[in-house]
Amino acid sequence: MNLLLEGVPRSALILLALFFAALIAAPMVLNDYLIVVLITILYFAYAGQCWNIMMGFAGQLSLGHALYIGLGAYVTAALYVKFGVSPWIGLLPALVIAGAVGAVIGFLAFRFGVSGVYFAILTIAFAEFARIGFDHFPWVGGAAGYFLPVANYTQNDFFNLRGSQTMFYYILLAMTVLAFVLCHLLLRSRAGYYWLAIRESPEAAEALGINIFRYKMYAVVLSAALTSLGGVIFAFFYNNLFPEQVFHISRSIELILGPIIGGIGTLFGPVVGAFLLTGLAEGLREVMLRLGIDLPGVKQVFYGICLLCVVMFLPEGVWPPLKKKLGLDRDTGKKGS
Amino acid sequence: MALLEVSGISKSFSGLKAVQNVSFEVPEGKIVGLIGPNGAGKTTCFNMIAGVYKPDTGTVMLNGARIDGRRPDEICKAGIGRTFQIVKPFAGLSVLDNVVVGALNAAASVSEARQKADEVLEILGLASKRLQAASTLTLPDRKRLEVARALATRPKLLLLDEVMAGLRPTEIDQMVRVLLDLNKRGLTILLIEHVMRAVMALSGNVIVLHHGELISRGTPDQIAKDPKVLECYLGEEAL
Ligand SMILES: Nc1ncnc2c1ncn2[C@@H]1O[C@H](COP(=O)(O)OP(=O)(O)O)[C@@H](O)[C@H]1O
Ligand SMILES: [Mg+2]
Repeated sequence: MNLLLEGVPRSALILLALFFAALIAAPMVLNDYLIVVLITILYFAYAGQCWNIMMGFAGQLSLGHALYIGLGAYVTAALYVKFGVSPWIGLLPALVIAGAVGAVIGFLAFRFGVSGVYFAILTIAFAEFARIGFDHFPWVGGAAGYFLPVANYTQNDFFNLRGSQTMFYYILLAMTVLAFVLCHLLLRSRAGYYWLAIRESPEAAEALGINIFRYKMYAVVLSAALTSLGGVIFAFFYNNLFPEQVFHISRSIELILGPIIGGIGTLFGPVVGAFLLTGLAEGLREVMLRLGIDLPGVKQVFYGICLLCVVMFLPEGVWPPLKKKLGLDRDTGKKGS
Repeated sequence: MALLEVSGISKSFSGLKAVQNVSFEVPEGKIVGLIGPNGAGKTTCFNMIAGVYKPDTGTVMLNGARIDGRRPDEICKAGIGRTFQIVKPFAGLSVLDNVVVGALNAAASVSEARQKADEVLEILGLASKRLQAASTLTLPDRKRLEVARALATRPKLLLLDEVMAGLRPTEIDQMVRVLLDLNKRGLTILLIEHVMRAVMALSGNVIVLHHGELISRGTPDQIAKDPKVLECYLGEEAL
């Protein structure tokens, strides 16, 4: 507890507690549609937080995180549909497989000095391999898609992740909170310090005794494995998986917009970014619907505009200046919190 | 056996012989100066000792064990701390966190590392700036931060690459005092320096490089009278 709270300003804790309480109460007052919007927000907040470990902390840009979402989704869905394995058990092999794939990518890149843009391209390449591979993988439906049985559930079957939106909402809320707390603790740990050092200057980090290969590998494997859990929820919430959608690069991009707009390398960035982006995009959709306008691709254009605005006017993202406004930046020994 | 023994190391960069067959020793507990005109190969020597480059020829021994060709982090772990002539602060981190990263090398926990970092910041006069982002520091402070970070790793041997450059005379004297004090407490130092008053005040022995070759060695006084050295290097400066 000491480690968790030490140096965190009180005002921040109170705000956080209020925010959390509102999220817990939300399903009691919101309609189904708004709950789905919140689920989408939490999904992006969670996945963005996982991506942030790799890019925001360790400085390794992945543009292929849809790969890990897809692996988590397909592994648990296939185990459930074919063998009746509960996703809570299926997530273990999903974690291992996604982590292992992350390890392969990291190993290839970091052993052979692939970094920066080239590393990003490598991550895209692997996600594309997976997309094409699953397109031609008939065991899980190939390009025609893979479906989980859907029925009207009178009761939530928590063990098999079959049930109401509210159940998914609370599971995602728990995941997002846990990922947040984990990242907070990581930033205060040896690994956190080492990652930031590697991000800022790999040469200096190495000269200070840091095995940069090992710590970059830790970041990639952890980020990949945790991201796959987002895929588990994705599969069991939507109940259908198409390689062209799940592994598509636009999915990888969508996933990183939140942390970029919220603030790369900050704890709140992915959360703030997810609320802003999804909230505004849904609001926009609602307005268009009311006005009877139907323009395909409007969401993508909207994302593009958001990104442009942030890059031009708030290059650090929305959170750092917002934090200042809220008076939360007076903590001691601050480190991108 | 000296703490550091460099024997016959060479390094070429696509044909350019940056360092040629250089040998010297740094005995435990001493301060050795490494001087020479720009481009003489001093930094390249450091980079070979610190593991950035593997020497083309020759060996580097620390405490009798070969370290040439090992990775920089392994060499740091073996007990050599180094600064960079072109400073490489962790710009986005606070001054304190910069030094904590270094201190984690020898500390068992983050809290122990923070304690050690605070001690080191105190020694180098950076304590009042500990919560500033490193990117906001002036160049002299960045040089001090380089020293602080390397020192925090608790090295046996500290390699300092022109850490006095850009410092005012009073600041140079201050840094000299700090280094002498650290040396008294057992730290061995190899320093590259252009500021002759610092070299003279600190070094028991001086090594002179020119065009990648070792051209002279001796006490500061001997070096200052060596015609070869005067011709290529010291002559340029008003000594
Ligand atoms: N990484 C490198 N690639 C190519 N040439 C280099 C490299 N590092 C140093 N050199 C060259 O090697 C020579 C020695 O450089 P250096 O060791 O930095 O000298 P000093 O530190 O004595 O000023 C110079 O001619 C320099 O241009
Ligand atoms: Mg140099």
